[in-house]
Amino acid sequence: MKPAPFEYLAPTTLDEALAALATYGEEAKVLAGGQSLVPLMNFRLARPRVLIDINRLAELAYIHQEQDGLRFGALTRQAEAEASPLVRAASPLLAQALRFVGHAAIRSRGTIGGSIAHADPAAELPLLLVALDGYVRARRVGGERTIAAQEFFVDYLTTALAPTELLTEVCLPASSLWDGASFLELARRHGDYALVASVVLLRLAADGTCAEARIALAGVGPTPLRIPAAEAVLVGTGLDAARQEAAAQLAAEAIDPPSDIHGSADYRRRLARTLVQRGLAAAVRMATTGKTATGGER
Amino acid sequence: MSALHDIALVVNGQSYQGRVEPRVSLADFLRDTLGLTGTHVGCEHGVCGACTVLLDGRPVRSCLLFAVQAQGAEVLTVEGLAQNGTLHPLQEAFRRHHALQCGFCTPGLLMTLVAFIRDHPVASDAEIREALAGNLCRCTGYQNIVEAVRAVLAAAADQAGGMPHGQR
Amino acid sequence: MASASVAVAPARQEDEALLTGRATFIADIALPGMVHAAVLRSPYAHARIRGIDASRARALPGVLAVFDGQQVHAEMGRLPQSVPHPALKPYTEYPLAWDKVRYVGEPVALVVAESRHLAEDALELITVDYEPLPPVLDVEQALAPDAPRVHDEAEDNVAGAMRQSVGDVERAFREAAYVFEERLHVHRGAGHAIETRGLLASFEPRTRLLTVWCTSQGVHRVQRALCEMLRLPPHQVRVITPQVGGGFGPKGAVDPETVVVPWAAIKLRLPVKWIEDRREHCLAAKQERDQVHHVAIAVDKNGVILGMKDSFLHDAGAYAGSMVTPWIAATTIPGPYRIPNFAVDFRMVFTNKVPTVVVRGAGRPQAVFVMERMIERIARELRLDPVEVRRRNLIRPEEQPYNTGLIFRDNRPMIYDSGDYPACLEKALALIDYAGFPQYQARARAEGRYVGLGVACYVEGNGLGPYEGATVRVEGSGQIVVLTGATPQGQGHHTTMAQICAAQLGVSPDQVTVVTGDTSGIPKGVGTFGSRSSVVAGSAVHEAAGQVRAKLLRVAAALLECSADQLRLQDGKVFVAEAPTRSITLGAIAQAITGVGFGYALPAGLEPTLEATVYFRPERATYAYGAHAAIVEVDPATGFCRIEKYVAVDDCGRILNPTIVRGQVIGGVAHGVGNALYEEVVYDEAGQPLNTSFMDYLLPTATEVPEVIVAHTETPSPLNPLGIKGAGESGTLPAPAAIAAAIEHALAPFGVRITSLPLSPERIANLVQEQQARAS
Repeated sequence: MKPAPFEYLAPTTLDEALAALATYGEEAKVLAGGQSLVPLMNFRLARPRVLIDINRLAELAYIHQEQDGLRFGALTRQAEAEASPLVRAASPLLAQALRFVGHAAIRSRGTIGGSIAHADPAAELPLLLVALDGYVRARRVGGERTIAAQEFFVDYLTTALAPTELLTEVCLPASSLWDGASFLELARRHGDYALVASVVLLRLAADGTCAEARIALAGVGPTPLRIPAAEAVLVGTGLDAARQEAAAQLAAEAIDPPSDIHGSADYRRRLARTLVQRGLAAAVRMATTGKTATGGER
Repeated sequence: MSALHDIALVVNGQSYQGRVEPRVSLADFLRDTLGLTGTHVGCEHGVCGACTVLLDGRPVRSCLLFAVQAQGAEVLTVEGLAQNGTLHPLQEAFRRHHALQCGFCTPGLLMTLVAFIRDHPVASDAEIREALAGNLCRCTGYQNIVEAVRAVLAAAADQAGGMPHGQR
Repeated sequence: MASASVAVAPARQEDEALLTGRATFIADIALPGMVHAAVLRSPYAHARIRGIDASRARALPGVLAVFDGQQVHAEMGRLPQSVPHPALKPYTEYPLAWDKVRYVGEPVALVVAESRHLAEDALELITVDYEPLPPVLDVEQALAPDAPRVHDEAEDNVAGAMRQSVGDVERAFREAAYVFEERLHVHRGAGHAIETRGLLASFEPRTRLLTVWCTSQGVHRVQRALCEMLRLPPHQVRVITPQVGGGFGPKGAVDPETVVVPWAAIKLRLPVKWIEDRREHCLAAKQERDQVHHVAIAVDKNGVILGMKDSFLHDAGAYAGSMVTPWIAATTIPGPYRIPNFAVDFRMVFTNKVPTVVVRGAGRPQAVFVMERMIERIARELRLDPVEVRRRNLIRPEEQPYNTGLIFRDNRPMIYDSGDYPACLEKALALIDYAGFPQYQARARAEGRYVGLGVACYVEGNGLGPYEGATVRVEGSGQIVVLTGATPQGQGHHTTMAQICAAQLGVSPDQVTVVTGDTSGIPKGVGTFGSRSSVVAGSAVHEAAGQVRAKLLRVAAALLECSADQLRLQDGKVFVAEAPTRSITLGAIAQAITGVGFGYALPAGLEPTLEATVYFRPERATYAYGAHAAIVEVDPATGFCRIEKYVAVDDCGRILNPTIVRGQVIGGVAHGVGNALYEEVVYDEAGQPLNTSFMDYLLPTATEVPEVIVAHTETPSPLNPLGIKGAGESGTLPAPAAIAAAIEHALAPFGVRITSLPLSPERIANLVQEQQARAS
């Protein structure tokens, strides 16, 4: 399984990288961690004529704490983020979710930006970006723009990035700002892509009712999905069991999951329902008792 | 054929130079160009872990890295574990605990575990198994590998002065 | 027969090289001038080949040749059958497909280039004109009268059939109190050793010697096939295995690539290397897929089995070289149970999929699943404890040796040689704490958790003939060498054979060098599969070493001027028992017989060699057995399972090397867990395989395989001097059945019944959902 031939560029500055992208556009692919791209190239499912290796752009590897979240340079290794005390403090949900991203050797090379740009709808980091309503920064020759999570993921493995644009930064609001937060994933084996994964976030009002709710799912559509209908049914309520049940049911009805060798559409729908149910219960428990939710299911 | 690139890197403490086509993987470069065939290729898509080496101290899939990407890097392969004919404690433990049968997945496992025990001086069986989950073995059923790791951690803890080996 | 002694081995001889990355596997071998092959494979499950245009591929710089099926077919016909049988139709593979392709992945052309990269580039430049044909993909559909025929010349899609019966099944069913019927679909999956297949062929035109290094489980089998196909005599074909990274059955086959790559090497007069990649292995390496059983069992009112019948279909894939897998399955069904009236028949059916062979277990896991499902069915219908049903039907030790009345795959009567099945079961029950489980289950249910306990018993015929040979030799240096046709892939033969030899020759095992997998080492051999090598090769080593021992004593007696019965052999020396200082080392004895010291005339009493070759021919198979038990927790909403506890009690006769045997059991259980819960080869309606990577074909990892509590009973076999039975596959046989039973037990409140494998979470969740829908 050897890849098709390609030209290899290894720019040492961001400007060089952007210039290369401007020149080659559609013919080029950006090589960051390579943990998703190189398998595709080895299977010859991806055959870029030019590979732009951005791993020398040290300026793109950083984790900065902001008031309401974290800013990751796109080239931040997943392993670095996993080990970062900043991440553990500001975004325990991210720290939890990272343990499900492949295995240690994958996380050594895989990057925060790379996972977001690859946009696999069953991946953990895109799910978190959507759930936490984050955004990315993208640069090209002559410009920079911010793209909100909701606009960024367009379709299966497809983002709003233009071929000449490079993802440079991922901004993730802190999960620690929520009263209740849970991340649950069901995968066939540890480290596999999720069959279905869920994030539930709850903010309580002073009177203990639900002020804000976010329910997001991975693996149930061409992109990670927020479920506004399910969220709406919780807001302003006491988050009783019947409400939670209704939200889970609405989430199951709102999605049109894919069918593949690992799970049919119907099964994924039922898993989504179960994960939202359990994710809500965990988030409510955390919000009311202060005890953190456990991470994954198996 | 695309242009060849010059690379220089250090493998197992020794400097090497080469000229490679960009599409040659680090695994193939180590094996075919440098003759270090201890690193094995099992799947070429990053799942089986047989090709795992240490790159600048971190475990990586050498089948998912192009050799050109290792320019200036320090690589450690299984051939670099034993020192002056003395086996690394992990290798010794693997032998004592029958943690290998056909041996094909073994180098990748050893390199994964070298990093793991360095970073996790205390680990439960569940944590050890999670650390192993990125390396496929079709012969051993993993149990003896877990025992070998447990033994190495316990021995290191004893040497470090009685830090209790945690089992949760 | 006496249970001869075996030396203790502290560690495996194989390990140092393997641990330091210095062992040589096939991909590690490089020869000067070596070139690389890649195989163009069919993208269709069934199609006629109208034409091939390889001109653009041949024109690519760095490409040396492209060979197609027409070229090959002009010189070579079909591959030989691996195990001929009168009922087996003669449709084996071609080295390259030439008229039709019959499965996705079938080799169509061979490219040889300066690098594998270039060879793969060239594959993309070959154009094949295919005329797609409708495929048959299901064993039941393949038997329909209007089904497309995989082989045009054949009258149907039946590759082979067999029927065996014992007693009077019809009468047993007439007289029974109860008859239960079941349709069971058992899928076995693929082998997927971590090392793929590979070979390197080099032809020396001056000596006309073809040397083939390959990943094989039997070098002599490969040699025989190459001699036949390439029309070369055996002394001109040398086949060698380097270290082999796991075999499990598929590497025992002689594949199209095994023949066409050496053929190309002869044509090109260059060493040609072919290393299969994982995608190819997913597509084209042989596997073991589906069986569909229609089974019925007749019992009296106490659950005692009166009779059983099973009619099953076995998926052969597109070509078939043997019927052993379904033959083994058919005869393994009765297992440790007394079934006085038994009838089994199978039809092996052609489909447009990869040909099937044996994969670890070789049809036995399917048989155990069938038998154990029926035991559970009897228990459920008669409201008996399933363990009690087993107790009432297990063959008792006083009935051994027990003649089942069947003919096993070795074409010998299936007579169990020895065993205490009830004791083995009781040991497993004690270790899993069967008595304490109901309480634990009740506690779990109160917590809203669903746990179940399943048990499975088996008998495994192994240690098969026809023979295996060993040459034991004391070299002039005093070094001891064992050469055998056994061809290991991780089982530690070098260590166990050394132990056997060392015991006979009074040395320590590390003083014995074992050479396997080389046709130049010993001229005839069979190979390592079916858990036979310790038994058959081991017995050959034992007997050959015994003959060398006798020679040593005779020669020493002549040299020490005494009689042989006054001598002892120990610690590398022969010495007079009464006067130990009168001694001579093995090396000195070996030196003495070169004859040079005596002026080129050997005195009386001396022989020219300290060597013996024995081909051990077992009278019939040995029968290992065991009982496994599993506790599994199931999440009914998602179908996800967790194996909480797993106990394996196995009896492989006398145990030569407890560490190695334990490793084999645990490794086998891991395969069993895979078969039960994760591994499935899936095809779409067009016959396209859907698992073409390790992302899609799921091998269990360290987080899916449980810790296995391993125990043994040891009931020696009377059939060989060491008293041993095979042990390499035991773990795979009962694991799926035990796990399925545990899951069913856990989901008993829902009334779930399990009739197929594997049990993915979705299938389990569906079973629960169906029952819930039925209830409401």
